[in-house]
Amino acid sequence: MASSTYICLLRAAFLVCLVYPLVKGNSVEVPNPHHHQTENLTGLPIVTFKWHHVETPYLVALWVFVAGLAKLSVIQLNHSITGVFPESGLLIILGFILGGIVVGADKAQTFKLLPSTFFYYLLPQIILDASYFMPNKLFFRNLGAILIYAIFGTCWNAAAVGLSLWGCHEAGAMGDLNIGLLQFLLFGGLIAAVDPVAVIAVFEEVHVNEVLFILVFGESLLNDGVTVVLYNVFDGFVSLGGPMIDAAEIFKGICSFVVVAFGGSFVGVAFAILLSLLTRCTKHVQIIEAGFVFLVGYLSYLTVEMLSLSAILSTTFCGVCCQKYINANMDERSVTTVRHAMKMLANGSETMIFLFLGVTAIDTEIWVWNTGFILLTLLFIFIYRIIGVFMFTWMLNKFRLVPVELIDQVVMSYGGLRGAVAYGLAAMLDESTIPEKKLMISTTLIVVYFTVILQGTTMKPLVQWLKVKRAAHSDLKLVEKLNNRAFDHILAAVEDICGRIGDNWWTRGWNRFEEKYISWLLMKPKARKNRDYLFNIFHKLNLEDAMNYVSEGERQGSLAFIRNDEAANVDFKKQFDSEFADVMPDIMVDMSNYDFGIENISAAAIVKDTIPSVSLDIHGQDGKNVVDDINAHRLLQQHLYRSRKHHHHKYSRSHFSINQSEEEVQEIFQRTMRSRLESFKSAKMGVNPTKKITKFHKKDPTDKMNGHTEGNGYLYGDEADSGVGADGAISSTFMRDTYKMGAGIENPVFMPDMDSPVHSPVHSPPWLLETEMSVAPSQRAQRRLPWTPNRRLAPMRISTCSTDSFLMADVSSTLEVHEEQPQSDNGESVFE
Amino acid sequence: MGSFQSLPDDHQYRTLSQKTGFSLEQIGILHNRFKQLSQNEDTLRRDDLKTIQDLESNPIRSQIIEAFFDKRNFQKDATGSVQEIGFEEFLTVMSYFRAPAHQITEEQREEIRRAKLRFLFNMHDTDNDGTITLEEYRHVVEELLSRSGALGRETAKGIADAAMLEVASITVGPMAPDEFYEGITFEQFLKILKGVEIETRMHIRFLNMDTTVLCK
Repeated sequence: MASSTYICLLRAAFLVCLVYPLVKGNSVEVPNPHHHQTENLTGLPIVTFKWHHVETPYLVALWVFVAGLAKLSVIQLNHSITGVFPESGLLIILGFILGGIVVGADKAQTFKLLPSTFFYYLLPQIILDASYFMPNKLFFRNLGAILIYAIFGTCWNAAAVGLSLWGCHEAGAMGDLNIGLLQFLLFGGLIAAVDPVAVIAVFEEVHVNEVLFILVFGESLLNDGVTVVLYNVFDGFVSLGGPMIDAAEIFKGICSFVVVAFGGSFVGVAFAILLSLLTRCTKHVQIIEAGFVFLVGYLSYLTVEMLSLSAILSTTFCGVCCQKYINANMDERSVTTVRHAMKMLANGSETMIFLFLGVTAIDTEIWVWNTGFILLTLLFIFIYRIIGVFMFTWMLNKFRLVPVELIDQVVMSYGGLRGAVAYGLAAMLDESTIPEKKLMISTTLIVVYFTVILQGTTMKPLVQWLKVKRAAHSDLKLVEKLNNRAFDHILAAVEDICGRIGDNWWTRGWNRFEEKYISWLLMKPKARKNRDYLFNIFHKLNLEDAMNYVSEGERQGSLAFIRNDEAANVDFKKQFDSEFADVMPDIMVDMSNYDFGIENISAAAIVKDTIPSVSLDIHGQDGKNVVDDINAHRLLQQHLYRSRKHHHHKYSRSHFSINQSEEEVQEIFQRTMRSRLESFKSAKMGVNPTKKITKFHKKDPTDKMNGHTEGNGYLYGDEADSGVGADGAISSTFMRDTYKMGAGIENPVFMPDMDSPVHSPVHSPPWLLETEMSVAPSQRAQRRLPWTPNRRLAPMRISTCSTDSFLMADVSSTLEVHEEQPQSDNGESVFE
Repeated sequence: MGSFQSLPDDHQYRTLSQKTGFSLEQIGILHNRFKQLSQNEDTLRRDDLKTIQDLESNPIRSQIIEAFFDKRNFQKDATGSVQEIGFEEFLTVMSYFRAPAHQITEEQREEIRRAKLRFLFNMHDTDNDGTITLEEYRHVVEELLSRSGALGRETAKGIADAAMLEVASITVGPMAPDEFYEGITFEQFLKILKGVEIETRMHIRFLNMDTTVLCK
């Protein structure tokens, strides 16, 4: 930690020393093309030092780099002091140090955060990120409250702070200042808004409950729009001058407020539609489709800025509205790209903003001290924030079904952090009309430092002390999601029954409309199919299981065990003849004890249907059957698709190299089907395909049934503990969860019906059904190894543990797990 | 059952108000609605509810309607289902969806929570044996997802299985060899929905204003 801070400081020092003679007087962002080297060359130089060619981009890159290092060191630092300070505060403090170094070297601050840099290069991605990841349902459910806070709360803050300061000024509390009422109101307007960057930075670390979070967060996001509008209106008034303002101008101001705010939002929605439509047809340029998201988001920001509407609102609504559609339309990998890139950009700019805010402070020129003005501002914004929150919450609580609690209100008031937006606006003030610009900037900076560092730091203890309802640990609980879904329908139904048009009625109406028209317009037909939220979670869970399985396999020596599995099955017939024969009668007896609902199925058929289980006795597999490898090879030769020479280029800018051509997949698929058909024919005898095993889990289990599950459960548990130890806490909880899940799979109650089409050829031939199903495993089923009858006789590792109880356990658990078996264990070997 | 007169009677309203916690106005409105649904009869049948147009597109319509005719939801310690319900039963079922009063103690909150969850549980547990078995759960999930169009039955089944698996892994943990997961009991149901603020989620706003004329 210390070392990285050191490195970072060193870097800054290096930067300053190197750059100082060259950048004096130039701001970093402004390119200066007139610095060409014009010396006459006397001979051909081997190398030349061309600083001016790269100066601007070099400096930008260097500062970004410094910011990155600062973030790194802050994270490290934070780790060691147990996260008492919020990152944002630490970054500002680090910024002070960096600024000090710059000033120390330059004798003047040559670097400052320019409003244009902030508004055009740093802010947009933060807003886009916030809106793109906005929990939509929560946001729209609380939209009313958020709007009240954002619009009326901000106006109230602005007016109250401005007027109070003016009153105090008139009363003589600030000495002699050249500020009129309008300027005070302008200042009130810029200082009024809670800053999303600061709020996100702090509240993300203190996991408060979701309603509180969305209220604070939504408010901060939307009121930025409001504050910019207020600022513009008052700025217009100020430049117009006091005497010119009459009722008509004020009315125009209010109109402008409405137009700017709503106009911005509408343009944002329009861009969201554009983006969604665009992603509908980017199928063939997948590699750049992620870029569209950023570009269109940025364009919406700039366009609206050009129209002098509210750019923040525009980008917010653009992100909020399009997230659903673009996520559905784009390729999964692109979505991942967007998510990560978005986070990276936003996090990066956030870091830079706070760091530069700190750097900016160390400047002898901007500081103008006026104790009365500064302290009164601090006091007023604090007090009026509290009053505003309580006043509006009191009003809202009259209408809210679930009132906002007192404690939450306290946190909301205390969470009124100001940030870079206020500073940016202050720095944009026109010095010709506002003589006390510098005072305003310094006051704004002090307010920012005070709120971010002091309030930000005390926020966590406060939240703990007040016992604010924290966010529930929100992992992927399918049950909860299902229940939420059920709630929605139940509530809507009860509303219908009691005959009233309520919130749920509107929600449902909108959902129906959305489903019918908007999705139709904005979503790919294919995407519409599997965009269901529940399905996504289901899909994710399945993926987790599969990944789990793979990593489990890799821990066991990877494909060795899979291959051994393979090998073990190859010479089944031989084993069957010799060893299995005497076990057979027992199976038959045992089988009849369980009411499978299939009376006349032979044990062999059942065994045939099963698929080798992952967790079955992996240890036993190692090192055995070396000879069988030959057989395995033969089998693989026979059935595996022989990979062809690929003519893909090794490097392609537009594609990741994909190992398989379409035909290849097709061929594998057909082979699989063919061999299954054969096995189906052979297995069909003596089976009653219409019966289902449905009552199975209702029967009393016996020890034998579960004999094996114990072993597996423990196996998993042990490995989760030993294997994960080194990883972080998160990954270990993840592992534990999933392992539990794995253990759960072993339980007979989850034995999927045997009529599940893809996996058990005995009952319903899968190739007669839809081949492309929406379930993840079955999609992958296409790429499966040919299923020879041999292969399906997996549990023949009976030979290693040949008590009949284990056999039964094998049968049952293989039946259960087969849902995720095939793709993981066969898929791996196919694509080796 | 059925003893309640269709004439608005102040005394009976008051008794009902005490029982269910609705205000007199709300009871009046609900009574109007009740009469509207039952075509001025004293009792309501399943068919009456099935005719509600807005309900038609609700995927779990049958479960919800069934809940109105389920004796377990009448708070009278009875089981089984009935053919028709009177206004009092109607109101009792409705009261599950009443928003909790603003000032309540922790115990009351917990009690409301339990009651609401019990209602939900009963909706799943159709055979009233105290556990939601996999089949019962599957059935509900299939219905629930049947309207979405995107998900087939197989997927729904898969989702139900996965959810059930999750419940098992959360509530029971690693299972002993001879243990066997019967299904979700009510206690486990409470446990898994711990994170959901049901007492603040599962309610609708009962207006003091009559809007029955607006929706037929």
